Amino acid sequence: MTTTTPEVSKSAPPAPKPRRDRRGGVMSSTGLYIATGTAAFFFLVPFYLLVRNALSTDTEITGENWKFFPTDVQWSNVKELFTDETVPFGQSLWNSAVVATLHTAGVLLVCSLAGYALARIPYRHANKVFYAVLGTLMVPTAVTFVPSFVLVSSLGWVDTYRGLIIPGLFSGFTCFLFRQYFLGFPKELEEAARVDGLGYWGAYWRIVVPNSLNFFAAMATITFINGWNSFLWPLVIGQDPGSWTVQVALSNYMTNQTVVFHLIFMATAFSILPLVFVFLFLQRWLVQGIAQTGIKG
Amino acid sequence: MSTTTTRDLASPAPAKASPARPRRGLRGSPTFNFWLFCGPFLIGLAIFVYAPILWSIWLSFFEARFTVTPDKFVGFENYTYMLTNDDFVGSLVTFTVFAAFIVPTTWALSLGLALLVNRLRFMRAFFRSVFFLPTACSYVAAALIWKMSIFSGVRFGLMNTILAWFGIDNIAWLVDPNPPWYWVVIVSARLWLQSGFYMILFLAALQNIPGELYEAAAIDGAKPGWQTFRHITLPQLRATSTAVILLLLIAAYQAFDEFFNLLSKTTWGRPPLVELYYKALGESQDYGSGSAGAVILTVLICAVTLLQGKFLGFGRGEESK
Repeated sequence: MTTTTPEVSKSAPPAPKPRRDRRGGVMSSTGLYIATGTAAFFFLVPFYLLVRNALSTDTEITGENWKFFPTDVQWSNVKELFTDETVPFGQSLWNSAVVATLHTAGVLLVCSLAGYALARIPYRHANKVFYAVLGTLMVPTAVTFVPSFVLVSSLGWVDTYRGLIIPGLFSGFTCFLFRQYFLGFPKELEEAARVDGLGYWGAYWRIVVPNSLNFFAAMATITFINGWNSFLWPLVIGQDPGSWTVQVALSNYMTNQTVVFHLIFMATAFSILPLVFVFLFLQRWLVQGIAQTGIKG
Repeated sequence: MSTTTTRDLASPAPAKASPARPRRGLRGSPTFNFWLFCGPFLIGLAIFVYAPILWSIWLSFFEARFTVTPDKFVGFENYTYMLTNDDFVGSLVTFTVFAAFIVPTTWALSLGLALLVNRLRFMRAFFRSVFFLPTACSYVAAALIWKMSIFSGVRFGLMNTILAWFGIDNIAWLVDPNPPWYWVVIVSARLWLQSGFYMILFLAALQNIPGELYEAAAIDGAKPGWQTFRHITLPQLRATSTAVILLLLIAAYQAFDEFFNLLSKTTWGRPPLVELYYKALGESQDYGSGSAGAVILTVLICAVTLLQGKFLGFGRGEESK
């Protein structure tokens, strides 16, 4: 299995005795690890730069001579970031936390219920409803930001949590993924519950949800990441600095004329940190969930 | 599995109500339940997805500056204005160039990474995590690192530092469209951010390929390496590849964050969404033209999606192999 990436062909050494395993690789084990390691190195460089800059002084970041590590690690940058009056960074972190959490809870509730109904509850016009949902996938939400902004501002929701959260709850894509998942959920379990007299509602909450926690966890992780990282909508809605999310705040520092490098990088580090934790702890579900979202062949 | 406990909890009451299964009345009816489950989602969809789209189409036929309740009907004027507007047409060109770069490179890189990781025996989880980790970063954060550290146009930028070791002069990566070095910055940032995600999709697909296929191929004399990859792996990945390409295209259409942050305040290198953002929410607050642009863009996206589905057979998956 040779690959198309340039790293591979470059670093695959002319091995004297290429090992050929069942899957037909010609690359030696060493070559394989060199290639993967090289790629991994490039993937990690930005993280290294982020941490290095966040813990340096501005003079070290902008100095003529490249410093691989700060000579004197500036932990005080953390304190400076959160006490700096001109940059309401703590507030924007809090906004992001609230928005991403409520967004996740809402999306999971609303979309999973709909996805379940579309997959399981027999109803004459279910197909029509399904196509109506599928149709929205064709229109990227980003394209509708102009009319959505118009709608939300006429509701008076600009600069509010409502405006940041509610319009994003109705994701056709998440609903679709839940439907795909529930189609594969073993029917027998629900049928047993129904025989025992549970209605759809009871069967859903007592049987289906408790047995689908893995998938819910995966979708929660993905939704949280998307909610935390979304930028265009919060940028449009968050006009007052008090309602900025982390991403909007970062963007504003970046385009600001007076650039304080170490604070910007420290802020960026704090914007990524929560998700890195989410990643480390929930990665198993995340990977499984993405793998079983129904996108696979 | 909580089946037993649930059964204990649930059995006493309804058992005497009706031993026969189909329960009568509103609560048991599928139609009622369908709307109970779907109701909140569909109402939200109607208000926050369909209504804005319809409003957008309506607005696009009016002259609407600084107002969302316009009264001056202008027919297709907004459309002709947008379609003859150099900035908007230019943004479509920018998108086309961007997609032509980013879709194949991400496809190749994520497939390559998946093939590598799939063959690892040790530290597979570690490398998978490394490649996947950038998915946690936002485009804003990546744009910031790219703009202020790696591709900073001044001396202390990483790339310029490295170039200096080879005696090459500083390159102003992001402030000068001639030569268009900014593509390097934008494409590399997005590659870094999204390849890991698609790698996971390819990994899942690779692990679903039955090993017997490779054994059969070996018996038939296929040489390991390029031949098996070409004749077994690639065809087996067809459905995933199609889905990945489609998702990549849609993601490319939505490009906004990194362009907005990396190329702030430039008039060139704007993809459609950035162009629409400035048109509709910038100084002029021109909702009419902005909406017309959004409608044009939506029609284009639908057309491309449908065409791609026709040619590559998206959705037919298994049968189309």
